[in-house]
Amino acid sequence: MSASLPVVRTALRTFAIYGVYIGASILFVIPFVWALSGSLKNPYQLELFPPEWIPDPVLWRNYAEIWTIVPLGRFMWNTFFIAVLSLVGQLFTASMVAYGFAKFRFPGRDVLFLLMLSTLMLPIHVSLIPRFVLFYKLKWVDTFLPLIVPNYFGGSAFAIFLLRQFFRNLPKEMDDAARIDGAGYWRIFFQILLPLSRSALIALTILGFLADWEDFLQPLIYLQSTEKLTVSIGLRFLAVTASSDISGDPTTHLLMAASIVSSLPPILLYVVAQRQLVQGLVLTGSKG
Amino acid sequence: MSHRTMHGAPTRESLTARISRPFRLGVLGWYEARWGLFFITPWILGFLLFQFGPMLASVYFSFTDYNVLRPARWIGLDNYQYMVTTDPRFWKAIQVTVYYVVLRVPPTIVGALICAIILNQSIRGRVVYRTLFFIPSITPGVAAILVWTWVLNPHYGLLNYTLDQVGIEGPSWLGDPDWAVPSLVMLGVWGSIGGTSAIIFLSALQDIPESLVDAARVDGATWLREQLHITIPLLTPAIFFVLILTIIGTFQAFTAAFVSTNGGPAYATYFLVLHLYERAFQSFQMGYASALAWVLVAFLLVFTYLQIQGSNRWVHYGGD
Repeated sequence: MSASLPVVRTALRTFAIYGVYIGASILFVIPFVWALSGSLKNPYQLELFPPEWIPDPVLWRNYAEIWTIVPLGRFMWNTFFIAVLSLVGQLFTASMVAYGFAKFRFPGRDVLFLLMLSTLMLPIHVSLIPRFVLFYKLKWVDTFLPLIVPNYFGGSAFAIFLLRQFFRNLPKEMDDAARIDGAGYWRIFFQILLPLSRSALIALTILGFLADWEDFLQPLIYLQSTEKLTVSIGLRFLAVTASSDISGDPTTHLLMAASIVSSLPPILLYVVAQRQLVQGLVLTGSKG
Repeated sequence: MSHRTMHGAPTRESLTARISRPFRLGVLGWYEARWGLFFITPWILGFLLFQFGPMLASVYFSFTDYNVLRPARWIGLDNYQYMVTTDPRFWKAIQVTVYYVVLRVPPTIVGALICAIILNQSIRGRVVYRTLFFIPSITPGVAAILVWTWVLNPHYGLLNYTLDQVGIEGPSWLGDPDWAVPSLVMLGVWGSIGGTSAIIFLSALQDIPESLVDAARVDGATWLREQLHITIPLLTPAIFFVLILTIIGTFQAFTAAFVSTNGGPAYATYFLVLHLYERAFQSFQMGYASALAWVLVAFLLVFTYLQIQGSNRWVHYGGD
């Protein structure tokens, strides 16, 4: 046995780990590379065999064309608009409810809290149809209201749960001191709890935005006019209506370009804000 | 008196103790209680308006014939009876959904576990890898589906091209009744294993006490034995949690099939929720679709119950 064996083993292990890392990364990323390559081709280039990874010529103009064949910019704006208005309601009312659950004692509090948690497990489909009927009778179908208004009633159970954990972990002395100074509950809420919870609120904003960008079933049910569609529904609309253009050529290259453009906002948001996201979730989660 | 725990989820003991303790509220107590109830009012209203109320209505609708335009007509158990005896699509939908769950859940859990274990190694550039692993799970579902439809294209797609390079003639994937569900599984696993499940496993991994791992290393355990005998058993509560959530989520599969195959070919990807959607929002059979929603809930309850029953055989709750 040579003395260098542990060194060799460590080197081999490092090598293996890097191999696994790089292999896994390639598996995760390669569909995007394939889509990017396809998005820069014309229908003829798409059907070349063997396929060209770097098309010749590179058709950057596909990325100009997608904004004209469907109102993609409009779809993205709609989604952004719905997400922002939803998040305002969700964060504000979820914080209120979490404050109520975290810092007050009242009869039935724990039962109500468990009830709230149990709604996390229920599939949306048991309330979907009556909700549709309700919004249909209110003449809210084909407006953004069914997608926004419910967020003003406590937002999501997940957000309430997370914020409650966060509020409970804040030292009680802080609000006691404020109370002695004569601050009312609203002032404690606005001037102490919310500022201290910034990291949790930022994490919930990011998660909420990602979820709204991704949401499919509800916008599919409520939105009908083309100019009101969200990104997800708009992409599907593009896939269904434009599977081939007027001359009968497949439009896969345009679908790929539109898919990439519509994936960029959530991916960029995640890359930019991932530190805040992880921080906010760790602060609330791991101490819970 | 106030043994408010600093820790999140209350233990069962403290919870029952608090529930059963009679509330004696003085003047100050009532003042506090009123404010507490005031702050949770938005949720109470939302629960009644958008969850509990609709659920009651949904139970009622499931016993009626209702198309929104005309008032609901009570038909008793007819919807449920039609479902199990006559509906040509119902059993197919159940079969397809269960097949998808069985095929999809194991690789999702194992894959997420592997992602978490490799992300937990101390290595340079970990954040970059974590980002790369996470990106598929935040790619909007429809975009991911369209990209995969192109990867799986039978003639010009990347997968069949790669298979062709090693001398295998690939199937037509989403276009082949035998391969359509496995194709959706592949797409779904790709889009989820680096995401929240891996993050949950990762944080559980980071909670494992150093001392345990060190002790094993001193005893000369190899890396694989360390994973199998120490790490994985300590992760079983997290695995159980993720398993339940994954099964519940997978039963509700809809978007991928709706966008890529619309239930085809030959109803090979006709999931239960697709059936529900078509009945409710294409044929406007709101009563029948409500009955389907409750069947979905029944399935979820049964599967979750079985999981909980089976869990004490393999889930180790640490005694620390």
